[in-house]
Amino acid sequence: MNSPGHRAFSFGRIAAITANTLTELTRLKIFHVVLLFALLLIGSSIFMSQFTFQQEFQVLKDVALGSMSLFTSLLAVVATARLLPQDLDDRTLYTILAKPVPRFEYLVGKLAGVLLLLALSVIIMSALFLIALNVREQIVLHETMRQMSASPPEQMAEALRAVSASAFDMNLFPGIAIIYAKACLLASLTLFVSTFATTSIFTTVVMVFIYFIGHLQAIARESWLQSNSVGWLTRVFLAFVTLLFPDLQLFNLVDDIVVGTAIPLALFAKTAALGFFYTGFYLLLAWTVFYRKEL
Amino acid sequence: MRFFAVFLSLAMFGAAKWPAEHAISAAHRSEHFRALNFDLGLREQIGQMGFVAALSGFRSLIADVLFIQTHVAWERTDWGRILVLFRQITTLQPREILFWDMAAWHMAWNAGTAALNDSTQPRLALRIKAQREYFQLGKDFLERGIRNNPERPQLYEALARLYRDKYKDHEHAAEFFGKAAGLPGAPSYAKRFAAYELSHCEGREREAYDRLHALYIVSENERLPTLLSRLKHLEITLDVPLDQRIPDLPR
Repeated sequence: MNSPGHRAFSFGRIAAITANTLTELTRLKIFHVVLLFALLLIGSSIFMSQFTFQQEFQVLKDVALGSMSLFTSLLAVVATARLLPQDLDDRTLYTILAKPVPRFEYLVGKLAGVLLLLALSVIIMSALFLIALNVREQIVLHETMRQMSASPPEQMAEALRAVSASAFDMNLFPGIAIIYAKACLLASLTLFVSTFATTSIFTTVVMVFIYFIGHLQAIARESWLQSNSVGWLTRVFLAFVTLLFPDLQLFNLVDDIVVGTAIPLALFAKTAALGFFYTGFYLLLAWTVFYRKEL
Repeated sequence: MRFFAVFLSLAMFGAAKWPAEHAISAAHRSEHFRALNFDLGLREQIGQMGFVAALSGFRSLIADVLFIQTHVAWERTDWGRILVLFRQITTLQPREILFWDMAAWHMAWNAGTAALNDSTQPRLALRIKAQREYFQLGKDFLERGIRNNPERPQLYEALARLYRDKYKDHEHAAEFFGKAAGLPGAPSYAKRFAAYELSHCEGREREAYDRLHALYIVSENERLPTLLSRLKHLEITLDVPLDQRIPDLPR
């Protein structure tokens, strides 16, 4: 029975677990390596842009957003996969759960720590990317002004406008937000897998498979809905893939955003909402498994 | 029992979410997102690893890597390789205007000129034939690019330039400059260029004169040397009354 001062649900307890998880994760060497690699890749995109003439911004954006997507996904899986096994190994889990901390709060705190870590990573990477983009833009603008110094002012203004328009695009922000939503989904799904997995390696391997299947899910769904010629066994398999796995292709919008395709606000909101809905659902599933798990 | 409950929850959640996923997926396609079809044709073109990477959300990065490879192939003047690479690149990233434009430029301008000056082919007729084939490849890239990006003016303009500079087909050049000019974001010169090209078309001199004269009236900024000389030429061709003619060009 709970003591009179004990509350069934406490944000304070969750915040304590979150802060602790975040501290642990930031001390991880793998986190530093991955982040450093991401930063290096973004930095190298400035160098890579030297190789091209017309599409330097395109390459810069592709490399930066592609690496951002890759590293946030990697970070989400690798960081979450080790949370529960590490706490079991260190016996921290027993210490926490021996206190009046509900298992749901423990899971929420752990996941919130990872999501905070992902948010920090995305913010740092985005800031570096925008700085790199701005530096390149200024260089190109300066070069353009020098080359067109003898041209009429209207022509120069048009050229400068074209340079600026191809460099920064407000649609990059929704694109980055969708990358974050995808990472949150992956983190939550990893947490769910790790509740029944025995080792972090198993969880990571399973998540790699889920990652690829998730990107194929849309094809399976289309085939399931449209194809009448396939056998029932194939249809059952396609239905299985469609129903059990998330459609990760829905979160790959940056490929089109970098080429100037604008994302309407409603569509962005729906895609992001789907991502966070998935995150919540997998957290609940994780709790269902973890609730009565023998520790 | 718990496993069954979790499996059932997943299946029920899946049944609830797939209509939403399907609807969002359809909305993405209607907004030109995810225009790429992942099929066997693409896998054959970009290879197994590239296909897997493209599926995992890195098709833009792969397209960039291949684009950098085209520069290497260009330095070696390996036109066959450039063609193959650009077919892969434009398949992976059909919404990137620059890839279509560059592909057409390499084929119609660079490879076409190289074919005409090919010292290993002594027969001029065959060199010209090879050049025309490269023009056709360039045109094909631009036409497919337009089909993938019908709302953007750049490729219409590029196709107009190809008709003007390579085929000397002023009628088609005028048509595509005109189409480019009618789209949002078109450069200010597209309309003027359409009129220039029309002024070279036999039987359409009056229409060209009207368009050029309208541009002449609309702004002093439009009174560029080419516009003035084409107008003067048409005034003589159409025998425009002296009092309606524009002032003579300064010598």
